[in-house]
Parts: sequence; structure tokens; C-alpha cells
Amino acid sequence: MKVGFFVPCYIDAIHPKAAISTYELLKKLGLDVEFIERGACCALPELDMGFLKHACTLEKGIAPLVVDKGYDYVVVPSGICTDQFRSHFDGVEQTPEVVQFRKTVMDPVEFLHDVLKITELPGKPSFPHRVALHNGCHSLRYLLEARPSELMIKPFDKCADLLRLVDGLEVGYATRRDECCGFGGTYAIWDASCSGQQGRDKVSDYDRNGFKYVTSQDMSCMIHQQTVARKIGLDLKMFYITELLNGDAQP
Amino acid sequence: MRQVNQVKLGEEFIKSRAHREMHDRCLWAARMRRDAVAASIPEWEEMRELASEIKLHTLSNLDFYLEQFTANAEANGIHVHWARNADEHNAIILEIFKSHGVKVVTKGKSMTMDECGMREFMAKHGIEINEADLGERIQQLDNQRPSHIVMPAIHKLRSDVADLFARKLGSDRDIDDPHYLNSVMRADMRKRYCQVDAGMSGVNFGIAETGGIVVCTNEGNADISANLPPLYVATMGLEKLIPRQSDLPLFIRLLSRSALGLDMTQYTSHYHHPRQGQEMHLIILDNGRSERLSSPDYWPVLKCIRCGACMNTCPVFRRTSGISYDAIYMGPIGIVLEPSYDLYKYARLPYSCTHCGSCGDVCPVKVPIPELVFYWRSVVVDHNDELFTHNAEETLAEPILESAGNLAKAEKVGLWALRHIPKSIAESGLNPWAEAHDDPEPPEETFRQYYNRVIKPESDKDTPKEQS
Ligand code: SF4
Repeated sequence: MKVGFFVPCYIDAIHPKAAISTYELLKKLGLDVEFIERGACCALPELDMGFLKHACTLEKGIAPLVVDKGYDYVVVPSGICTDQFRSHFDGVEQTPEVVQFRKTVMDPVEFLHDVLKITELPGKPSFPHRVALHNGCHSLRYLLEARPSELMIKPFDKCADLLRLVDGLEVGYATRRDECCGFGGTYAIWDASCSGQQGRDKVSDYDRNGFKYVTSQDMSCMIHQQTVARKIGLDLKMFYITELLNGDAQP
Repeated sequence: MRQVNQVKLGEEFIKSRAHREMHDRCLWAARMRRDAVAASIPEWEEMRELASEIKLHTLSNLDFYLEQFTANAEANGIHVHWARNADEHNAIILEIFKSHGVKVVTKGKSMTMDECGMREFMAKHGIEINEADLGERIQQLDNQRPSHIVMPAIHKLRSDVADLFARKLGSDRDIDDPHYLNSVMRADMRKRYCQVDAGMSGVNFGIAETGGIVVCTNEGNADISANLPPLYVATMGLEKLIPRQSDLPLFIRLLSRSALGLDMTQYTSHYHHPRQGQEMHLIILDNGRSERLSSPDYWPVLKCIRCGACMNTCPVFRRTSGISYDAIYMGPIGIVLEPSYDLYKYARLPYSCTHCGSCGDVCPVKVPIPELVFYWRSVVVDHNDELFTHNAEETLAEPILESAGNLAKAEKVGLWALRHIPKSIAESGLNPWAEAHDDPEPPEETFRQYYNRVIKPESDKDTPKEQS
């Protein structure tokens, strides 16, 4: 199985560990992984601000990097960027190849859980601690990787399923388990006061529940929460989910 | 005209910790009650889907249903009037009031009448309108707009209300006990109810098949307005129709559960014709609705049944309050509705959203609010020239994009967009991120560097040399 590996700009620049852990985990699982060297920005920030023209230009640049390359799947270690490809990415002509790309682009959680259906992790990683799971809003409500608390459907949680494969790891949640943490991409800069308040409310919730560790399939939420927690002096450590799944997370 | 700055107004509310925490707690509790009652109904999601489809069907055949409704209502003895906009709406009602010598009116909650600025208009013509909904009356006394479409004074602390009543109704400022405050209001309002000339209310549902209207309240404010005086005037937005009486229970089941987590509104009143000796008028209001209906991107917004659930769940709304939107409609539905009334004034509102998607998932009729937020942001950017003074950012980005031979350069554009909110709508060039956040720890190397250092040499080793 050939997998294209698309590393979004903010992961590369701010938290490359998320990409490294994901890449290594996919290799350990015996896959043929190809880093898409020319890939970078997924066009979400542009779309988010309403600059459709720019988003469209970027999408036109991305399309030739991901279609017709013989990839069975394209894995993107970021929920928001995966959602950008899956749910938006309509600034380019919707050829059968583009449609196929949008169907087979996945974040690592979907890929490991739904495609590979893994039941054990290579190298038997262990993390004998309670970890709060934050399902990022885009992964949760747009990619539907868990039951959003708003929807009255059968409960499921793909991240939690995967995290339970880590030896000793106990999955928990904040009291307001899937309330938005306030990152929202450009929103965090546009409305720093409310975004900051949401972030403080979220990290205080973990703290009240006695968590020391937090993980998410969306690193952008983690970067926001980590820097807010540090600003108010809370001792919390945030990981991208594959850092735990690949045994790279250090307590 | 002034542009509404929700961020700035919201910041003031955020800073008042007591207000923010009370507001967030009360509305989150409403959301939790909503979750609990929704979970107790196995067919909840099917109900949402069905309600959405009924609304879409009705909107797609609105001309037919409006005619059917009007014919039936008139046959029942209701005087039906059509108002293209707020001015026509107010003029029609003034005419009715004048011809009946109306001086004092009691009114149930109506967002549609608020939309028309009806109360202020009547005041100018010497007609006194008293709100019968407690929260709405509090806001009226305080000369402030409702901060929530279902709970108009939810942003006020008890002490705020005690203070207001002391100033306006002469009560004891130091007693903020709800029973006492209620009794003060009751005593004041009861006097007024005895001398009203007319009553008014909004409409939750108009039933095409019967020509009747249905009004849902928790305090009976519509009932006292409709049942006491000899003249009753109701206003209905033209999107409020449902086809049949048998469609109604579905919406009644969804409405109050979504709004407050109650099984049903306390009062669900059906008015099919004037009672004996009473005259009943119904104004059907357009005010931009038919224009919305004709927009292929935007028309699903008309499904909204004004339950307020999207406000209760919105993480931004809960922390900044409805007052910060400085608009008739606030919260998620407000940020996608208000720009259609005045794009310049409300150009910033669609940006007051983290895109968490919760509003779309609680909405009982599946109004696709998150998509509509994207839609409005693109409209705002399209009108950049008219709306804002300059569009330096757009021109700045263009050359970067064109020269992006190596797409990795485009990351600059992504990070650019993260750093540069369009200056024309941002407050200052300072980095607001730093106020709430520490700097992220800089990584030792980027993934690209790691790739070139570790992965690439490995894979080059593995690939067999090409034959020459
Ligand atoms: S958009 Fe939906 S949730 Fe919001 S007020 Fe309207 S019906 Fe209720």
C-alpha cells in the first residue's frame, strides 16, 4: 500500500514531532510512505478568512502533488487540514482523480482505525498515566471521529479506541468533554480575548480533573492549549496522538 | 455608519468575571438539559431530519402555502396584511391603532416586531407598548436590546435587576431575591394590563392548511396580549409556515427541548380566529426574506425556528453575551443573518466564530450555520473595496502565490494569513496572540529538516541505482 504523506505548514514549523511520530509509525507498520516534499499549506487559513481566490490558487498547486501519484491514501497529520481537503477543496476542477483524493485523504486516526484497523501497536508502547483526550472540533464534528455530544447517535470514539492500545494509558475527558477550546485558526488572532478565555476555561477544566497530560488528533488545538496553560502557570503537557501511539511521548 | 465590533464589546463582557461566569454557566446548563431530554427520545435525529425536510419543502413551495394560508385565515375572520419591509409593517399597524383610538398596548415577545423597530416607532406616535415577557420587559425598562432571543435578559445578574427595579419601579435596591423582584414586576404590570386597548404578539408557526397561528411562550405573555384586549395584532415572518396541522407536533416537540431542555413550552396557544367580539389582524412580513429565498447559497437560513439552541451552545456567545453583537439576532444565527440586513454594519460578525460546528449539530432544523459562516466571510472579502478602506493584504498575497513555484513557499501564505487579519477590520497591528499565549517552544528541527537528515539518506540507500 502506497501512502502519500502531506505535512501541513504549521506542523512543520511549530510541532514537527507530530509528523515525525506519524511517519515512523506508518513505516513500522510496513507501509510504503512517500513524503510529499512540495506540500505545505492546505489553504485552510485563506478559506477561513474568506479569501476564496487565494484558497483556490493554493488548491490548484496542491492537486498535481496528490493525484496520479499512485497513492492509495494520503495521510495528513492534522484534523483541520484533512477536513479542508475532504469537505472543501472545491476551488479545483472535480476530476475523478480529485474526487478520489478527497475520499482517500485521511488523518492518522481514520487511517489507523478505519483502514488498517490495527489491534496492536508496533513496539508495544507504554504510557502508564491518565490522559485527557481532546477531540478537536473539526475531527469531531466534520470528520466524525467520535460522537459529538450534540448528536443523539450511538457513542463511539476512534481516538480513545487507539489510545487504549497503549499499555497502561487511561483515557479521560474534561468535564465539558467536547467544548471548543477556542483556537479556531485565524480566530485566535482575530479575537484573542475570547479565544484566550476559552483556552483558559479548557485547561482549567483539565486541571480541576487532576490531569497532567492531554492529547488530541488536532495539533493546532494542542499548541493553543499548551501555550495558554503555560501562560497561566498550569503544569500540563500536550501530545499529538501519534506521539503516544508511537511511544515517543515523554512524561 | 458605525461598524459593529463584536470582539471589542465582547471583551468588556469577558472582563466582568461575575457576569461572564454566570452567563456561561446558565446557558451551558440549558445546553446540558437539552442534551438530556434529546437523549431520552430515541428518534431525536430522525425528528431533526424530518423537521428540516418539512421546512425545505415548505420554503420550496412558499408561494402556494402563503396563498393557502391567507385564504384560510381570511375565511376564519382574520384580517391579513402584507408588509414588504419594516416601514410598511409599522405603518400598517399604526393605521390599525389610529382607527381604533389605541393608546396603550401589551405585547408578547416578537423578534419580528423587534426587527422592525416597532416599539420605538409607536412611541414616537404616542402609543405606549408594554412588554409582557419578563426578560423583555426588563430590557425595555433598561433601554437595552434583548441579549438572547429566548432569554432576553440572561446577561444580567440578579443584582443588576434589583438595581434597575429600584431606579424604575421604586423597589428596595438591596433585595435581589427573585420572588421579591417578581412580585415588584407583577404589581406594576397588573395595573397596566387593566387598561390596555390592544394586544400584540409574534408567531411561531402558521399552519397553511387551517389558516391558524401558533404562539409558544413560557410565561403566557402572548396569551395575556391576545386574550385580554378587544384588538389583537400579530406579526409573522413569511418563513414561519408549515403545511399541515399534523406537522405541528414535530416542531412543538423539538422547539422547547432545543431551546431550554423543557419537554414543551408552558403555553402553546393556537389562534385560528378572533374570539367573539374581538378583531384580529395578522401582518405577514417579508423584510428581505424573499430575497434570501432566492439566493442559492443562503436560503436554508430561512428554516430557522428561532429556538436559541445555537446561542446556548456557542462558546463565543456564552462568554461574550448577546449584547456584544449589537444586533437584533445574535450568536450563530445572528452572525449569518445580520449581514443580510446591513453588510457594512455587520461585516465583522461572521468572523466571531471558531468553526467548532456545535451550532449546526444542535439546531433542530439543521440550519447549516457553519457553511453559512464561510459563505458570509467570502461575501465580506468580495466587497472589501466598498466595505473597508484598503485591501493591502490581497495585493500582498498575490505575488507570493504567483511565484510559488515551490509550493513550500505557500506555507508563507498560510502563516501570513494566520498573522494578518485583514488590517481593514483588525484593531491594531500588535500581536494579540501574546496576550493569552506563551510563545510556542521552537522545535529543534522542522520535519523537512528531519526528512533531509534522516529519511532521505536512508531511502536513497534502499533504492537500487538506475541502470546506465
Ligand atoms: S439556527 Fe437552529 S438552533 Fe439557531 S435559533 Fe434557529 S432553529 Fe434554533
